[in-house]
Amino acid sequence: MQRVAVVRFPGSNCDFDTLRAATRAGAEAVFVWHRDTDLKGADIVILPGGFSYGDYLRAGAIARFSPVMPAVQRHAAEGGAVFGICNGFQILCEAGLLPGALVRNAGLHFVAKPVDLRIDRTDTVFTSEFRLGERIRLPVSHGEGRYVADEPTLAMLEGEGRVVLRYLPPGAGVEPNPNGSVRDIAGICNPSGTVVGIMPHPDRAWADALGSTDGLRFFTSMAAWQPAASGRSP
Amino acid sequence: MSYRVYVRVMPRAGLLDPQGQAVEHALATLGFAETGAVRVGRAIELDVRAATRAEAETRAREMCDRLLANPVTEDYSVEVEGA
Repeated sequence: MQRVAVVRFPGSNCDFDTLRAATRAGAEAVFVWHRDTDLKGADIVILPGGFSYGDYLRAGAIARFSPVMPAVQRHAAEGGAVFGICNGFQILCEAGLLPGALVRNAGLHFVAKPVDLRIDRTDTVFTSEFRLGERIRLPVSHGEGRYVADEPTLAMLEGEGRVVLRYLPPGAGVEPNPNGSVRDIAGICNPSGTVVGIMPHPDRAWADALGSTDGLRFFTSMAAWQPAASGRSP
Repeated sequence: MSYRVYVRVMPRAGLLDPQGQAVEHALATLGFAETGAVRVGRAIELDVRAATRAEAETRAREMCDRLLANPVTEDYSVEVEGA
């Protein structure tokens, strides 16, 4: 059974949702406090959504220097899996574990609603149970979700197939890109697909009572992951 | 010796600045039709203990590179007050 550490920062507010989603998917999930310096033997680390440190300065800018982060960096460098959801994605970018940055939504408003997305990469730890090109619906809830990166970085991400999740362009019956993200990018990964960051909230879409179950497969993908097959060093 | 340091962090030129656009629009609505190219950034003031003014500036730039500015999206300038 996969052991999952959900890191709690002061201001995390999706920590319990994420813990329950991971548990529902069949993983053994535990909390790790941001002041902890070890990950309790976790195979997978999830940085949940919320407003760590009040989003002061920039979203994720202060959380990335939390005492727990060197352990997260080491874990990622050794091939361990890391999933950043919303604020977690912002922290991964600030920490340099993923390229680019997430800045104020183009429309300035905080957006909280379901959006339509396309799965653009399935050989990652967190998307293996989707079909390539599959359309899904997940809620977003963010004020700083507009993904930006310079042109060489975008060309690299596209060239290496590292865009995992994309907002759909406007169309009939579509809830499109809600924040002006460049190239409709909603989620990206590292070259090996072990570190993934996405803005939408699969942790808020894993039971019928929540309006969608599309999010559950991010967690069942993770629970089915075989670290050895992904090249993780022993 | 303590130096007062003024850090100015601005969204990188060319990057969409929706706050700047909103402020520009509001100014136009108020009748300030002569305004244009409004951009909104962040100002940070701090005291830095250092032996020299140059050292204070160097340390402040290190702070910008590590924390105060995001090198992907922002540019910064540092001004040191005092002798």
